[in-house]
Amino acid sequence: MEQQIVKVKNNRGIKVIPGFGISMFVTLGMLGCFVLVPLASLFLSVDALSFWEFREIVTSRQAVSGYAVSLSCAFLAAMINAVFGMLLAWVLVRYEFPGKRLMDGLIELPFALPTSVAGISLTYLYSDQGWIGGLAAKMGIKIAYTRIGITIAMVFVGIPFVVRAVQPVLEKLDRQYEEAAVMLGAGRIYIFFRVILPEVFPALLAGFGLAFARGIGEYGSVVFIAGNIPYKTQIAPLLIMMKLEQYKYADAAAIALVLLILSFLLMLAINSIQIYMQRFYKS
Amino acid sequence: MKNVKRTYEQDMEGDGIHSLQKVIEPRRNEGSCTVKYFLIGVSVLFLFIMLFLPLMVVAANALKEGWRVYKENVLDEYTVKALKLTLLAAVTAVTTNTVFGIFASFLLSKYNFRGRQLLASLIDLPFSISPVIAGLVFILTFGNIGWMGGFLKANHIKIVFAVPGVLLGTIFVTLPFVFRELFPVMNAAGKDEEEAAALMGAGGFTIFRKITFPHIKWALLYGMVLCTARAMGEFGAVSVISGHLRGKTNTLPLQVEILYNEFNTTAAFSVSSILVILAVLILIVKSFVERKRK
Amino acid sequence: MRKRKAVYISALVMGIAVCGTGCNGDSASSGKETMELLNVSYDPTREFYAEYNELFCKYWKEQTGQEITVTQSHGGSGSQARSVIEGNEADVVTLALAHDVTAIEKTGLIHENWMEEYESNSSPYTSTIVFLVRKGNEKNIRDWDDLVKKEVDVITPNPKTSGGACWNFLAAWAYWQEHDEEKEEETKEYMKKMYENVLVLDSGARGATNTFVENGQGDVLIAWENEAYLAMEEYPEQYEIVTPSISILAEPSVAVVDQNAEEHGTTETAEAYLEYLYSDEAQRLAGENYYRPSKGGILQEFSEQFNLEMDLVTINDFGGWDEAFETYFSDGAVFDQIYTE
Repeated sequence: MEQQIVKVKNNRGIKVIPGFGISMFVTLGMLGCFVLVPLASLFLSVDALSFWEFREIVTSRQAVSGYAVSLSCAFLAAMINAVFGMLLAWVLVRYEFPGKRLMDGLIELPFALPTSVAGISLTYLYSDQGWIGGLAAKMGIKIAYTRIGITIAMVFVGIPFVVRAVQPVLEKLDRQYEEAAVMLGAGRIYIFFRVILPEVFPALLAGFGLAFARGIGEYGSVVFIAGNIPYKTQIAPLLIMMKLEQYKYADAAAIALVLLILSFLLMLAINSIQIYMQRFYKS
Repeated sequence: MKNVKRTYEQDMEGDGIHSLQKVIEPRRNEGSCTVKYFLIGVSVLFLFIMLFLPLMVVAANALKEGWRVYKENVLDEYTVKALKLTLLAAVTAVTTNTVFGIFASFLLSKYNFRGRQLLASLIDLPFSISPVIAGLVFILTFGNIGWMGGFLKANHIKIVFAVPGVLLGTIFVTLPFVFRELFPVMNAAGKDEEEAAALMGAGGFTIFRKITFPHIKWALLYGMVLCTARAMGEFGAVSVISGHLRGKTNTLPLQVEILYNEFNTTAAFSVSSILVILAVLILIVKSFVERKRK
Repeated sequence: MRKRKAVYISALVMGIAVCGTGCNGDSASSGKETMELLNVSYDPTREFYAEYNELFCKYWKEQTGQEITVTQSHGGSGSQARSVIEGNEADVVTLALAHDVTAIEKTGLIHENWMEEYESNSSPYTSTIVFLVRKGNEKNIRDWDDLVKKEVDVITPNPKTSGGACWNFLAAWAYWQEHDEEKEEETKEYMKKMYENVLVLDSGARGATNTFVENGQGDVLIAWENEAYLAMEEYPEQYEIVTPSISILAEPSVAVVDQNAEEHGTTETAEAYLEYLYSDEAQRLAGENYYRPSKGGILQEFSEQFNLEMDLVTINDFGGWDEAFETYFSDGAVFDQIYTE
C-alpha cells in the first residue's frame, strides 16, 4: 500500500516540475557530444577486428600481465587510500589542531598537479638518489622502477577521492550513537567497526571505487616511475601506447575497450551497492 | 587539552545533553588524547610524505639556480603562451561543465525515469577512463583516420592537433566534476519545494532560480573551483591530441614535459611551480568557499 | 513562454559547444608576408633544429625577402609520425628512421620516391649508437660483451615504443651476429642476457637518458651518439663515452609531406628547407650538435670529435626496415620472444 502511494507521487513528479524535456535534452546532448560519440569511435575501430583476433589481442600474455599489474597496483593503492583517506577524513572532521586548514587544502593537490609533474617529482623523490628512495635503498628496498613505485604514484593520484567522499558523511554523522555506545561500555574499536564504519561505508566504497578506477587508467605519473619492464612493471595503458606506436589502431582500441569496460563495470557495481545499501538503511 | 574540551563542549551544546558530558568526559579524554595525537601524527606524516615532499622537490629544483634564472624561465615566451592556452582551456571547461552539471544533476535528482542509474554511471565514466584513451577517442573521431576526418578536412576545420582538440580533451576529462558536487546536494534537498512551487504555477526557470539555486550555489562554486584545478592540470589526454606544437597547442603541463625532455630540468620545475602556485591559489579559493558553505 | 526559454538555453548550450569546438580553429592560412612551416621531428634534434631554423630563416630572408617562422614539434619518432598520419599538418618531417617516414608515405601524404629526393638516402646527417658510462667507468665497460655481465645495469628504451631503441637493438644484434655467424639462437641468448640487465625500459630515448642522467639509474646507457655528447656537455666531468667495436649507422630521414605542403602553398619553401640542410653551414651546424655530417669533407673536419674507426653496419644488412621490423619488432617477433621465454 505504502509503496503504491510512493509510486503515484513519483509519477506525478515528472509532470509537476517543468523542464524535464530540456534538462534531458541538454544532459544527453552534451554527454553525447563530449563523451559518448567519441567513445563510440572506439567501438567502431574495434569493429575492424574479427572476434577471434579481438580475443587473441586482449588475452595475449603481455596484455594479461598488463591488466594484472595495473589492477593489482591500483587495488593496493585504493586500499591504502581507503585506510588513510578514512583516517584523514576522521582527523579533519573530529579534531582541531594548528595547521588543519592547510592540511585540508592540500588534499585536492593531486587533482590540480599535472600527472607529468607528479610523475617527475615522485621519481626524483623515490629513486635511489632521492630523499626517500635513498633512505629506502640503505635498507635494501627499491621503490622507484618497481611495483611499489607504481603503487605510490597511484596512491598519490587517488588521495582526494576517498577523503572527499567520506568527509561529508562523517560531518553529518550523529554522535549520539557513539555516546550511547560509550555509555554502554563499548570499546573504541568496537564503536568504530560497529557504529561508525557501517554509516560511512557506502561513501568509503564510492571513494575506493573512484580511486581504484583512476589508478587503473593512470598513465602520466606512472610511466615515469615504472620501470616499464615487460611482465613486471608494464602497465596496461602503456600497452595501448605500444600498439599505437606500431600503427595498430584496432589493437590499441581493443585493449582500451577492455580497460574501459572494466572500469565501467566497477563504477556500476559500486553505484549499485551504494544504492542498495541506502535502501537497506532506510527500511 | 583545553582545546579539545572546548570543541567538545561546543559540539554538545546544541544537543542539550550536558549531563551526559560529565559521565563520558573523564573516560573519553584520557585515551582520546593519545589516540588523537597518534591519529593526527599519522595523517600529517602521510600527507607530508605523499603530498608535501613532492611539492618540495618542485620548489627546490625550481630555485636550484637562483631567482634570476627562475624568473627568466617563467617569463619565457613559450611558457607565457602555454599559460594563456591553459587558462583558456580551464575557462572553457568550467563554463561547459557548469551548464552540464546543473542540467544533469537537476535531471537526475528532480525527476524519476528509467535508466537513471545507467545515466549516472555514464556521466562518471570520464573519471575512470585512462587519459590516454580519452585522447585516443578524439583522434579516432576527428583525426585523419577517424570517421569524421574526411568531412572535417573537406571543410578545412581543424580539431585535433589544434586548439579545439585541446579544449575538447580538457572538457572530456573534467565533465563529471560539477555534476559530482551538485548531485548529492540537490538529491538531499529533495524535490518537495520545487513541486510545491510548480503546483502554484511557477515556471521552470523561476523554480530553478528561486528555489533550487540557493541550495546549490556554494556546491556549484566548489565544483567549478575543482574543475578549474583539474582542467589546468590535465596532461595525458591533451598530450595525445595536441601534437606538441610549440607556442601553439602546448599547455603548461606539456611545456613541463618538453622542458624536462630538453635536459632543462630547472626550467621544467620552474614551469611546474607556476602550476603549483595556481593550484594553491585555487585551493585557497576552495577553502574560502567551503567555509562560506558551512 | 516556457518554450522560448528552452530555446534560449539550448541556443546558449549550442553556442558554448560550438565555441569549444570551432571558434578557435586556427586558420591555417599561409599569409603572404610571413610564411609558416611546421617541422615535425623527434626528440634528440631539438637543439639542432632550434639553431638551424634561425640559420635557415636568415638564409631565406636573404634569398627571397620573405619572413618565415618555423614551428617545431618534438616527441618520440613513432608517435610523431603517427600524429602526422592522424592529421598533424606538418610541412616537413625529420624523423629518426626511414620506417616512420614510410608509414606516412603509405597514407599517401608523401610521394613514394621520397628517399631518392635528397642525397645520402635523404639523411643529411647520421649518427650511431654508443655507450654512455659514469666517470671512471668502474665496471670497465668496453664493448657489447660487457653488457651481458651479471653486475652491469643497462638503461635503454623499449624498441616497441622508441625508434632510437630499434637502432640500439640492431647494433647489439649485429655485434653478436658477427662473432657467431649463423648462430641465431646464441645471438638471441646474448640479447636475452643483455635485456635481463635492463633496469628501466623507458618509452622514449629522452626518457631513458633522463633516467640515467637525472635519476642516476644504471651503469651504462645505450644511446645515440649525439645524445651522449649532449649529456656530456650538460653535465661535464660526470660521464664518459665508450664506442663499441661494432655499431650501426643510424640514418635519420627527412622528407617533405607533399600533400600538406601543397595545401599550405609551402612546397617550395619546404623543399628549400630540407635542401639547405646539405649546405656547408648547416652541415657544420649538425657537426657542432654532434650529428655526423653526411658530406664526407665536412665529416673529416670533425674527425677528432667522432670515432671514425668504428665498424658500422647499415640497415640494409638487415634487409631494410620493413624486413627488420617484421623479424625483430612486430608482435611475437624476436624482441617479444626475448622477453617471453
